Amino acid sequence: MYSRAYRTSVTIPPLLWVTVFLLVPYALLFCYSFWSVTPSREIVHNWSLRNYTELFRNSMYPTVLFRSMRIAGAVTALALVLGYPLAYYLSFHATKRKDLLYQLVIIPLWASYLVRGYAWKTILGSDGVLNGFLQYLYITHQPVEFFLYSPFAVVLTLTHIYTPFTFLPIYASLEHVPRNLIEASHDLGSSPWQSFWRVIAPLSLPGVLAGATFAFVLTLGDFLAPLLVGGPGGIMISNIVVTLFGAAYDWPKGGAISLCMLVIVVGILYLTERIERKFSFQ
Amino acid sequence: MTASTIQQAPAASSRPAEALLSIRSVVKRFEKREVLRGISLDVAQGEFLTILGESGSGKTTLLRLVAGFEQLDSGEIWIAGDRLDQMPAYRRPVNTVFQSYALFPHLSVFENVAYGLRATRVPSTEIPERVKQALDMVKMAEFIQSPPQRLSGGQQQRVALARALVNRPRVLLLDEPLSALDANLRRQMQSELKALQREVGITFVFVTHDQEEAMALSDRVALLRAGLLEQVGKPREIYGRPQTAYAAQFIGQTNLLRTEVRDGIASSGAIVWQTFEPAGNVTYSLRPECIRISRSSGGPEFADISTARFRGQIRNQTFAGALDLLEIDCGNSQILRARIPTQGPLSGEHEFEFSATDAIRVRETGS
Repeated sequence: MYSRAYRTSVTIPPLLWVTVFLLVPYALLFCYSFWSVTPSREIVHNWSLRNYTELFRNSMYPTVLFRSMRIAGAVTALALVLGYPLAYYLSFHATKRKDLLYQLVIIPLWASYLVRGYAWKTILGSDGVLNGFLQYLYITHQPVEFFLYSPFAVVLTLTHIYTPFTFLPIYASLEHVPRNLIEASHDLGSSPWQSFWRVIAPLSLPGVLAGATFAFVLTLGDFLAPLLVGGPGGIMISNIVVTLFGAAYDWPKGGAISLCMLVIVVGILYLTERIERKFSFQ
Repeated sequence: MTASTIQQAPAASSRPAEALLSIRSVVKRFEKREVLRGISLDVAQGEFLTILGESGSGKTTLLRLVAGFEQLDSGEIWIAGDRLDQMPAYRRPVNTVFQSYALFPHLSVFENVAYGLRATRVPSTEIPERVKQALDMVKMAEFIQSPPQRLSGGQQQRVALARALVNRPRVLLLDEPLSALDANLRRQMQSELKALQREVGITFVFVTHDQEEAMALSDRVALLRAGLLEQVGKPREIYGRPQTAYAAQFIGQTNLLRTEVRDGIASSGAIVWQTFEPAGNVTYSLRPECIRISRSSGGPEFADISTARFRGQIRNQTFAGALDLLEIDCGNSQILRARIPTQGPLSGEHEFEFSATDAIRVRETGS
């Protein structure tokens, strides 16, 4: 057993860290969300629920929130559709090129977020690579405008950015499926297709859930991609938060939205954690 | 020759019609290494055949070829008149008991056993009854709803056995199924396995590296060495009449006597006996229990040439129950092992004997 002094010395620093940089700011945010701001942008410490009721009364907030969730849902679905087959191929069929392909998936994670965002800007823009290509092939005669500055561009960019985060946990869970279980399944008369649905899919479900959670939660909190490629129609909830804390200087309302999002995200994490625990067998 | 004879030659001329499983000239390579170098083996209906070999002999590979987890490079495998090696694993009428059990962790014991029945579309009204029967057979019915990871190793092994048998395979393949169990449980499972095989009448092909297990369980043993069959036969046959020096040493203990035969006399150092082998260098296997202490030490003039007599110094005596194990130094750095019933400690020089018919001529095969 470790001595009391040792245990204290290793637990105090992280506790302090979390308290100072997480709990205290959240507590402050919580307080702010009940205060209000005067037209001359002074924060008044009178407690009320006005910020929260305002969120439901002004239709802009629910609209943007639902759009954000739709975008997050689309990104999650696309990341799964791209990430699962890739992870499956890498885990079960790529024999010699496995390491190389794995690195190719990981390398984009090392590139700066902004670089990847701007890359899509140059691809999707009206004088971008995609439009140039389409006009070169005479498929279109003038630049297609809706590629850039639309929810579509946001989904595309965020799918590109967050697919590796979805791929990694799925790949890890597939790597942990004991190969002799698949042999046993074939041995007992299940075709490869049946074996996939009855053995591989259920055993990789924790990875799928973890990957989906990553994609959904990270997308929901993203504000850079809408800023770079989203345009006015691609604004997401985090952009509103950024504006409220910045240019609009309405910290109380920003705090209220932040706390609502925190509740949503914690709810999602709690749910997936529960399902995951039900489906992990080791 | 019986129905269960091995065909060493690849020619398919005198193949017994009753063979259920027929492995013919099978070759398997991994990269460039030949793991199986032309195996031909017939297994009769209802037989308990053990493939015995050291690790790396290719025994598990041979089993995996029959199961369909590996593809052979040349040769054929037939089952009851059908070409087995060209079927995908999930169509083969064989089932496997894996060394590591390979129970599905996300399914209950019931669902594990029902897995094969569902896969082969057995009517769902029949499934509960058949699962229960299979679990009764291995005495695991009370655990029907447990998750497999809650069971002990021995219990998991029983469930794996039930899961494989419930499909009524033509041949049950067992890949060292008992090697993960401790010694007591292992012995108990051995006898249960043998009883179960008699009860269900299904052909068992059992892979092990444990020669005692092979002897105890099998109708026939196929001794595999470095990808070639060394000898195939009933356990008693292999023990009593080993064909090769390797078989003699691997199955039971033995003394190998390398002799020079001249004029019907074999001589190995100071030990000589009568033989009918033609002149040349001949190796004999002599089981330790065939050596006795001579009672009458009559002079050489009375020597009966069909009994070999020799003097030797007892170097070591190990008490081993009914028979003691002696190490006899016969000079010229020749050491023989003997199993002899003794009343107490022995020491010094003694005269020993064995009858010439107990010295079995064996071939020395390359490794």
